[in-house]
Amino acid sequence: MKHLLKAAAAGLVGVVAMAGAAIADPVKIGFVYLTNPGDHGWTYAHEVGRLDVEKHFGSKVETTYVENVPEGPDSTRVIRELARQGNKMIFTTSFGYMDPTLKVAKEFPDVKFVHLTGYKRSGNMSTGNIRFYEGRYVQGVVAGMMTKSNKVGYLASFPIPEVIQGINAFALGMRSVNPDATVSVIWVNSWYDPVKESDAAKVHIAEGADILAQHTDSPAMLQTAEKAGVYGFGQSSDMKAFAPKAQLFSSVNNWSPYYIAQIEAMLDGSWTTGEGPDHWPGNTWLGLSDDYLVLTPFENMPANVAAAAKAAADKVSGGYNIFSGPFKDNAGNVILSDGESYHDGNLWNDMNYYVEGVIGKIPG
Amino acid sequence: MLEQLLLTVLMTSVPLIFAATGELVAERSGVLNLGVEGMMLMGAVAAFATAFGTGNIWLAIIVGGLAGALTGGVFALFALGFATNQVATGLALTIFGTGLSGLVGAPLVGHAIDGLPQITIPVLSNLPFVGALLFSLDPMAYLAVALLAGVAWFLKRTRGGLVLRAVGDNHDSAHALGYSVLRVRLLAVLFGGMMAGLGGAYLPLMLTPHWAEGMTAGRGWIALALVVFASWLPWRVLVGALIFGGITIMQLAGQARGWTVPSQFLSMLPYLATIAVLVVISRNREFSLANFPSCLGRVFHAGK
Repeated sequence: MKHLLKAAAAGLVGVVAMAGAAIADPVKIGFVYLTNPGDHGWTYAHEVGRLDVEKHFGSKVETTYVENVPEGPDSTRVIRELARQGNKMIFTTSFGYMDPTLKVAKEFPDVKFVHLTGYKRSGNMSTGNIRFYEGRYVQGVVAGMMTKSNKVGYLASFPIPEVIQGINAFALGMRSVNPDATVSVIWVNSWYDPVKESDAAKVHIAEGADILAQHTDSPAMLQTAEKAGVYGFGQSSDMKAFAPKAQLFSSVNNWSPYYIAQIEAMLDGSWTTGEGPDHWPGNTWLGLSDDYLVLTPFENMPANVAAAAKAAADKVSGGYNIFSGPFKDNAGNVILSDGESYHDGNLWNDMNYYVEGVIGKIPG
Repeated sequence: MLEQLLLTVLMTSVPLIFAATGELVAERSGVLNLGVEGMMLMGAVAAFATAFGTGNIWLAIIVGGLAGALTGGVFALFALGFATNQVATGLALTIFGTGLSGLVGAPLVGHAIDGLPQITIPVLSNLPFVGALLFSLDPMAYLAVALLAGVAWFLKRTRGGLVLRAVGDNHDSAHALGYSVLRVRLLAVLFGGMMAGLGGAYLPLMLTPHWAEGMTAGRGWIALALVVFASWLPWRVLVGALIFGGITIMQLAGQARGWTVPSQFLSMLPYLATIAVLVVISRNREFSLANFPSCLGRVFHAGK
């Protein structure tokens, strides 16, 4: 009981769970989490990566994480504190930590910062990401074949490049098999609000959607789908336990190989931020082909749909560029004609539209 | 389709009705408990743990209410027993409840339960439109409205309600008349805690049948605002909760239909509406403050 109260007190001041080894001089590694590993989505996937780091390096490293860190200026304090505590490498695991990480990176030139899912870098701050949109393309293919109402509902968090890429990749996959299907997007304006996610899912179903997809972090949408007898896709980690009849598959973020590679490079001195004129070279942006993104088994769907899903996944792993022409935006303007395709920079700078098949306009 | 949307409105309002009704009773007795969010979370985690462990949803509802009452008891211990500042104590209770529920809930993460079944009232549920809407809800939704009605009746029609209001309006006079101010307030706070616990329990039992840390996501604060919105009258809590739920769902539906209003603005709407109504009703002070408990938030010292 005393132990319990002590832990509760630690929770009160809002801080830091420590884990790690006791022998001399382990290298300290810090992680900043957006929510808590209990979200069973985004942060949970990072926690799995952190635990794999501990397993892999054993007593050579000591990891620390801070959970429930709000995005934006508040996070600056947390990141700075981790740097002060002597962490040699700090992973900041959400888009909104980008500018704060950059700021603290300038103050601590000897500490190595790895920011995930952003696009700004400096001499000691690199960027890592997973090509989440590849999984969403496969989801789109499945959704397009499965939908009977031709209405698909999509829950989105915030209108940042990563989320827009996901919506558009989903719609391109869906339209590649079903030109009549449409996807409508509800912006929840939160990464993690289970009740609001569930409300939004119910609204989609009430509006006639029979397939749901999400770019938010809790399993609430799938549970709602399960109850209503429609289908959906899980986010970040396998959510089958929450919706055994409704989950078609989940795109699982596998950060472990990335974390381990970054830390190994730091330990042997080969770590770089891969600076260069183009935005991405030297930084890691891998997906299905390298198992950074893993799809759970295709379930609750007919064999031909599962086969099409597998074919789409194989095509993407094999190097198919999802954002290849011809395609239009949803106002009818031609974005890419036949033979043209986007490079990675375009995905971050130029994608400020919905492709054909998505209903509505990007907010803001 | 409209039926389904309205049903969603009703369901999203239920936790607010529970929590706001409970807080209303506490405030009418003169106690401002800002710890609603913490009590809701404790109710939620306790209810989910019970449902997951025993599979008995009914027991889970009871345990959720008890856990909320117990958390309210912690508040009563400090704010009434030691006469601490109610605002500070309430804020601490929210932080405490958030942390403790996350801690005890950690092993429950990643598990799902079967939610509550719906109760279909024979004959009435076959009525077109209203049948689906009003007569085939889940048991906790009926319970929320029943408890609200009970509170309205208790406050207005019973001697106990009169004493409670007297304590909230002027604790010195009530004390002089021989009523035990602290005992009345203790009961009111415990009741408030139980209601918050029930409201919290509704989330993992009904809305999203899993436990997630901090899953109330600010609903406790909305419940607090609803009490002011309702100008301390029970039935207006119901109206306020439905308006709030209605606008919340309307903005989601608007997005799904591709309305070209920025979604950030739509997300603000429920809060804007709350503020707008508050401004309108506050213009008439007699109306808005007629039922304001004059001793709200004030510490009672028996000796004076």
